[in-house]
Amino acid sequence: MAEPTTATARPDATGGSGGALDTVERAAATPDVAQPWRELGLREEEHARIREILGRRPTSAELAMYSVMWSEHCSYKSSKVHLRQFGEKTTEAMREHLMVGIGENAGVVDIGDGWAVTFKVESHNHPSFVEPHQGAATGVGGIVRDILAMGARPVAVMDQLRFGAVDHPDTARVVHGVVAGVGGYGNCLGLPNIGGEVVFDAVYQGNPLVNALAVGVMRHEDLHLANATGAGNKVVLFGARTGGDGIGGVSVLASETFDATGPAKRPSVQVGDPFAEKVLIECCLELFRAGVVEGIQDLGGAGLSCATSELASAGDGGMHVELDRVLLRDPSLSPEEILMSESQERMMAVVRPEHLERFLEVVRRWDVETSVLGEVTDTGRLVVTWHGEVVVDVPPRTVAHDGPVYERPYARPSWQDALQADSAAALARPTSGEDLRATLLRLVGSPNLADKGWVTDQYDRYVLGNTALATPDDAGVVRVDEATGLGVAVSTDANGRYGYLDPYAGAQLALAEAYRNVATVGARPLAVTDCLNFGSPEDPDVMWQFSEAVTGLADACQVLGVPVTGGNVSLYNSTADTPIHPTPVVGVLGVLDDVARRTPSGWRAPGQALYLLGTTRLELDGSAWAEVEHGHLGGRPPAVDLEAERLLGDVLVNASRDGLVDAAHDLSEGGLAQAVVEGCLRYGVGARVWLDELCERDGVDATTALFSESTARVLVSVPRSEEVRFTDVCSARRQPALRVGVVDEPGEAAALDVQGLFTVPVAELRAASTATLREAFGA
Amino acid sequence: MGRVGVVTFPGSLDDGDAARAVRLAGGEPVRLWHGDADLKGVDAVVLPGGFSYGDYLRCGAIARFAPVMEPLVDAARGGLPVLGICNGFQVLCEAHLLPGALVRNDHRTFVCTDQRLRVENAATAWTHEYASGEEVVVPLKNGEGGYLADEATLDRLEGEGLVALRYVVPEGGRNPNGSARDIAGVANAAGNVVGLMPHPEHAVEAGYGPDPRTGTAGTDGLRFFSSVLRQLVS
Repeated sequence: MAEPTTATARPDATGGSGGALDTVERAAATPDVAQPWRELGLREEEHARIREILGRRPTSAELAMYSVMWSEHCSYKSSKVHLRQFGEKTTEAMREHLMVGIGENAGVVDIGDGWAVTFKVESHNHPSFVEPHQGAATGVGGIVRDILAMGARPVAVMDQLRFGAVDHPDTARVVHGVVAGVGGYGNCLGLPNIGGEVVFDAVYQGNPLVNALAVGVMRHEDLHLANATGAGNKVVLFGARTGGDGIGGVSVLASETFDATGPAKRPSVQVGDPFAEKVLIECCLELFRAGVVEGIQDLGGAGLSCATSELASAGDGGMHVELDRVLLRDPSLSPEEILMSESQERMMAVVRPEHLERFLEVVRRWDVETSVLGEVTDTGRLVVTWHGEVVVDVPPRTVAHDGPVYERPYARPSWQDALQADSAAALARPTSGEDLRATLLRLVGSPNLADKGWVTDQYDRYVLGNTALATPDDAGVVRVDEATGLGVAVSTDANGRYGYLDPYAGAQLALAEAYRNVATVGARPLAVTDCLNFGSPEDPDVMWQFSEAVTGLADACQVLGVPVTGGNVSLYNSTADTPIHPTPVVGVLGVLDDVARRTPSGWRAPGQALYLLGTTRLELDGSAWAEVEHGHLGGRPPAVDLEAERLLGDVLVNASRDGLVDAAHDLSEGGLAQAVVEGCLRYGVGARVWLDELCERDGVDATTALFSESTARVLVSVPRSEEVRFTDVCSARRQPALRVGVVDEPGEAAALDVQGLFTVPVAELRAASTATLREAFGA
Repeated sequence: MGRVGVVTFPGSLDDGDAARAVRLAGGEPVRLWHGDADLKGVDAVVLPGGFSYGDYLRCGAIARFAPVMEPLVDAARGGLPVLGICNGFQVLCEAHLLPGALVRNDHRTFVCTDQRLRVENAATAWTHEYASGEEVVVPLKNGEGGYLADEATLDRLEGEGLVALRYVVPEGGRNPNGSARDIAGVANAAGNVVGLMPHPEHAVEAGYGPDPRTGTAGTDGLRFFSSVLRQLVS
């Protein structure tokens, strides 16, 4: 949980009744004191439930804890009933490689040879609109700490960014801040940024999406789960000092829509300190190596309230914490504020007493400030004292896990049928070669298809020396084992336009594309993480979209045999009163036995044959073509065919392993045209393409052949010497494959020639592709 | 086998990569800790890239006071080969082992790119396996990589052949970070101390360095490390 931050309502340390500390004793004696539960985001029935659990009114410190932990962001109270499907639809066979599933800081997958990989994607949307730079930076910081808490060394990051319209006056502010924040933090941590997404759409104007994914690597025996077991074990807080930042942020900022009339929230977004986090990473890894910690929990959203209650309820159930021992940046903080603070770069460890001295030696070596707060108990209670007086005495599960669960009403929106009836098939299509050429260039230069180098060139992709592929290839690939070449590929995808037309299919299409991307580079897909970005759960339309998307994703995971291992839900995303498009970001992780065999997205060798795998249908609804050429969004998204995806994935992974293909590039937004263009641009090598056979076989016109976004399609470049073997494999597996072109020359004369229709020099394609973001955002 | 020390400061990031580069070049990497005033008897030292102390003051300004720098500065003045890469270059400038300073890129954004360089001085401890005037491609990644010095110092560097490496700038273009006279790296007069902003340690293994579209094998950086190892043997 990471979505943090801000102070609007501060709980009153006195419980609203003068200057005295609001102890448990006092709470019992003064049942009728008025408390600001409503300002802290609690509903009446939730407040009543807390009183019922405790058998008295909560102290102000307890109220602080419950309010942040029962917020939408921490408790998943609106989404929980739907998310259960991910677990329920995960079969035994899907668990084969799963070492840790949903519910921990991050899922863990066995990739063989004693290696394990953990990965997770998370949102930091709202803070990134308020303060783009710090919001994005601390988003990276939070997800990296989740990975670290599992005992893994973080080895790569990716970010999925969605902004408003490229030409809106506020977009540049958010883009510059977010990109500098992601880069500034990740670069300083020494983690290669190996990919991600950059999307522009007016639906994200007042509510950008900033998702961040991190990947970590460990040996099986290094896996650590965060729980507080062993009565008498010490509870230690280390890392940055606790300050007044982000107090109540979880309940207020992450769980409510922005309201133009509300108070300014800028001052309370946390400020990230990537240097502190880098030191903390090395320090934690040394602590794990030294065997002096039982478990480590990161502090993110809800800070100490979350860490103490989650650790205690995952362990023996009891913990005693002396809150006045927390090291503070601001000595005036009240106990309530300390419990709610979301100061970054902090971790909490459980340490056996006999290991404490060695623990302290390690943290001293890294100059990391540390304080022993208390110990694990077997009382079943989380007890927090302030200078000797008890201010919290609660069953920890009631805080961490037994929050409210809502069955929010949902219903298929009344407008959905009309939307789906409005197909792009009726839109005017270009017919002449000249018109097709102009259309292609407009698409290539459109913000969502244009080259993203302006963004990715601000991120370090080389550090750690294991990056085998990064943007603009289909998936990021990092080597895990230098001796054997064992490595992993990760890709994330989502198309909000598809999600809007059909949220069930939209989520499946996101999974299908990420799965296909991973297979395209030659990796066997193993596991899934997701970040579900949606509007307000109090809107039945949105709740229906959410329910459909979760069901769609869970069903598709079952067919493809890849389990969801963890992720995050971000609700209340809207611009003014308009919810964002349903945007389920899906990340797929795959394994390569030897990353030296990875397949890049561009061709290099003139004379190689270009084969299009898969079938092309008239599927222009929701497409980039419909958006760029007609500003149109209606109809139904491309048909999902998971069996076809699975077969295609198999063919690609085997072809890569056997050296049958030199390049492979997935067809998605922009269709075949965009795939061919990107294949040319990757290494500056031209291609000749013919469409006649394709149009005849699939019964489509040239516009459809070029711009349709039918799924389960990949373009591959096959060496002449392997052509027979490759086509034999395809026909044996009944994989549709059609020779649609040939790789042409590199160099200054390189061109894309679509025979009988048009020719475009590669230099002209590159100019069109690279100009857009540079012109919009500078240098 | 030559033993090459690689210093880790708090916030060093490319220390592991530098150690790997030493190993791939045939040397034995020896990890040195910023807090220990001990060079462990190594034959040469690499100060790696990263963000020592977060670059929160001037880059390298805090690291240069680390205990390990005391014996290092003395040894460098005595002829020990020392290579400073990126943040390491900044540390060498702050420690006055090399002239000049590195400032924020002129375009104000971090840049990560495969960079073409020209080896101007192929007589230093770290570059003698290159040909003078040879062009190589290695990654460049920095936010504060603009090399600056006063005109007199720049003239002296040029005159004495102490500009070790220069950015190759396409006609009508500009160098990637606003460095004076396109300077990417400089050497001291003895040629044992070299500092550069680009990262040769990220171009030592085919497939994990510069992209094939650069037209190189991606291993152009390896000879920085084999240069010093060869010199140690001879």
